[in-house]
Amino acid sequence: MKPPPFAYSAPGTVTDALALLAALGPDGKVLAGGQSLVPLLNMRLAAPAHLVDINGLEAELGAVEVTDAGVRVGALARHSAVEASAPAVGVLPLLRQALTQVAHPVIRNRGTVVGSLAHADPSAELPAVLCLVGGSVQVASAGSERIVAAADLFAGPMETCLRPGELIVSAWFPALPERTTTAFLEVTRRHGDYAVCGVAVAVTRDPDGAITGARAAYVSVSDTPLVLDLTDALVTGEAAGDRVFAAARLAAASVSPDDDIHATAGYRRHLAGVLTARALRAAS
Amino acid sequence: MSEPEPEPEFDVSVVVNGGPRSATVPARRLLSDFLRHDLELTGTHVGCEHGVCGCCTVLLDARPVRSCLVFAVSVRGHDITTVEGLAAPDGTLSPVQRAFAECHALQCGFCTPGFLTTITAFLGEHPDPTEAEAVEAISGNLCRCTGYQNIVKATLRAAETLRTQQQ
Repeated sequence: MKPPPFAYSAPGTVTDALALLAALGPDGKVLAGGQSLVPLLNMRLAAPAHLVDINGLEAELGAVEVTDAGVRVGALARHSAVEASAPAVGVLPLLRQALTQVAHPVIRNRGTVVGSLAHADPSAELPAVLCLVGGSVQVASAGSERIVAAADLFAGPMETCLRPGELIVSAWFPALPERTTTAFLEVTRRHGDYAVCGVAVAVTRDPDGAITGARAAYVSVSDTPLVLDLTDALVTGEAAGDRVFAAARLAAASVSPDDDIHATAGYRRHLAGVLTARALRAAS
Repeated sequence: MSEPEPEPEFDVSVVVNGGPRSATVPARRLLSDFLRHDLELTGTHVGCEHGVCGCCTVLLDARPVRSCLVFAVSVRGHDITTVEGLAAPDGTLSPVQRAFAECHALQCGFCTPGFLTTITAFLGEHPDPTEAEAVEAISGNLCRCTGYQNIVKATLRAAETLRTQQQ
């Protein structure tokens, strides 16, 4: 339960960090909050050759910037800072709805939002949120920069499309359209555990209150965050209750969960339906 | 067979419980081990070493973190409070510690340092918590013998004491 040896650097600027990551190539691994990486090291499930610690880059990477258009979260902004940001949560309430379910408050004091995205755990909340809102990440490498849409970022379980030498410097969570309500629900074996199944929903209405759009993103039931458009199911059913069940049936039929020690695939599929119905009601 | 290359070491200086402390350690030294082995502050307990049990919780710049999930080298120059730093210099227990004693919130005591640091920080930000908020605050700390009822009771008792002190 002790990490294997690794080389360590704590660059003083982002430029230095990118130069170092470029030189290290596949041997380099970024250390931000470490709340996923350090357990993997402690259990010796990962053994990166060289850790590049960005915790000293608070001034360049620690900001949470909020405009009416959305929330930009710097690579070193802790979960707790985003959760506590009234402006960020005002623009996108879904951020707090999801963040309060990320592990425990003490973990959120150290863990970072961008780190959770880069870790790309299919049972993590924030990748699903980024996909649901159609966000993106700003990816820097020595001498260049690119924007990667959420839909392209996640390549598989614990795998992103990031190349060696690249660093996500910020994540962009755009605001949702007017008259959109959201909810985030999950089922865990114990409070704060990884979700057996989780769902984020966003429901948009016209000025008369009729639903014009409904989307959901799922946690722990697919290799990468699954986003479903539930609009048709929700607007064509006969009565309001039927519509919610039609959306729930669509969700249960669309997910592709696996069995593991926490739950069977069948139970996760059942939860995807039940949580979809509950979340749609919570967001109405 | 040649000797393995010695692991590079780093000078780590931090402020612990108000005083400067330093040691030279490899980068992989966890803050929990740094406190216990290098600084000989064994009040911080180590349970699971992967962030689940909460025993090793210390305050990093006044906010609780898992010391088993932080490298000592990562927090050079920062301010750390361990369970040893909660009581007054003359040994008078802090309100949270006293409430634990009065409410029988510990039996074997292994998890207690983590609870004490977590609750001390929590009450700093939430002086008048509801029972549900207190439960949420300690949800990341495992106790396997006392049971949580008395720990919740102690949390609420400590909150009351702190509020009275401030009046």
